[in-house]
Amino acid sequence: MTSYTAKFNDIPGTRVFTAERAKKGFYLNEFCMSLMKPENRERFKAGERAYLDEWPMTEAQKQAVLDRDYNKMLDEGGNIYFLAKIFATDGLSYLQAVSTMTGMDIDDYQKMMLSGGRSPEGWRSIKDGN
Amino acid sequence: MARITAGLTTSHIPAIGATIDHGRTGEPYWKPLFDGYEWTKAWAKENVPDVVILVYNDHASAFTPELVPTFALGCADEFPPADEGYGPRPVPVVQGRPDLAAHLAEGLILDEFDLTLMYKLEVDHGLTVPLSLVYGQPEQWPVRVIPLAVNVVQYPPPTGHRCFMLGQAIRRAVARFDEDLNVHVWGTGGMSHQLQGPRAGFINKEFDNAFFDRLVKDPEGLAQLPHLDYVREAGSEGIELVMWLIMRGALGGEVAELYRFYHVPGSNTAVGHIVLRSVDTPV
Repeated sequence: MTSYTAKFNDIPGTRVFTAERAKKGFYLNEFCMSLMKPENRERFKAGERAYLDEWPMTEAQKQAVLDRDYNKMLDEGGNIYFLAKIFATDGLSYLQAVSTMTGMDIDDYQKMMLSGGRSPEGWRSIKDGN
Repeated sequence: MARITAGLTTSHIPAIGATIDHGRTGEPYWKPLFDGYEWTKAWAKENVPDVVILVYNDHASAFTPELVPTFALGCADEFPPADEGYGPRPVPVVQGRPDLAAHLAEGLILDEFDLTLMYKLEVDHGLTVPLSLVYGQPEQWPVRVIPLAVNVVQYPPPTGHRCFMLGQAIRRAVARFDEDLNVHVWGTGGMSHQLQGPRAGFINKEFDNAFFDRLVKDPEGLAQLPHLDYVREAGSEGIELVMWLIMRGALGGEVAELYRFYHVPGSNTAVGHIVLRSVDTPV
């Protein structure tokens, strides 16, 4: 890990999509891109596991997709804009999908956004505790 | 001679596009946001440029995990709306300006900006939502558009300083184009937002408002802001704000602020919008 990359790890609750993560998540993200085509969305919906098995993804990546565990998908090298193809296929908005990563239910997340969003206080730095 | 006379920046949230497309802009949640663009829509009707150089980022639509160009210039005749998973947006095909794009490609590369050139490009919400916010729902967009796609998805994106310098180079290159054209430059994306992880929903009004102020008055200083500060203070997707510096660099030294709008929330994002006139350029 370079010093450039390491600095981002001090920011709580955040996984910056580095070149290293892009390599790790390459086939996960390629699978996501395949869902840009309507016929592939239909095939995926008809049999998720079988469709995932067509891709040289790791088992952890496939399981994270099946579980719709977006934080896990990020850990496995996914990036939100690629992963968006999955939740678009599910008929979810960014707001709905993003809220699942916060541990809040959608109503509480929406309320937080309507009251001005998540405050930066306490979310800047692990090291500095601010 | 062509000249850059004005610029604007705006967020390009996908839900804004969906709301316009489905005729829901009057809903209580959305109305304050769309009201904030009424001034600009009126201004844009009176100030129609020949060409908009539209700085945006692709969101895994045209650029797959296989190809990550830092700066990519749209050189085609036209740019169809991309299918982002919900079907393509029902908006007009974006008409390009390939002669000016070719001129920019030559000028910028010889000026040592090593661009990727795109002769086939589908454009996603990053480009079409700003057009919808400014021009509404016309049969055809009233302007020609040269897309300039910037990688802000995979780290590292270009530095703010590099973006600012690219904007300055665009200004020089446009000024060398023989035809008498009025050109606007738009910077899109931002402001503070984070779409991933437990920190999602992050919004920083204080940072965003300071960013507006410095964009107008201290762009060279603002261009020194490191990526870490963007992520820390504006969220992981707030890094899109580096694209605003391309617009600012393209407007020259002094600008007049014509309009500013800030609103939270637009979906997960702080909506920021500013309209600037280049003071250096005779209109």
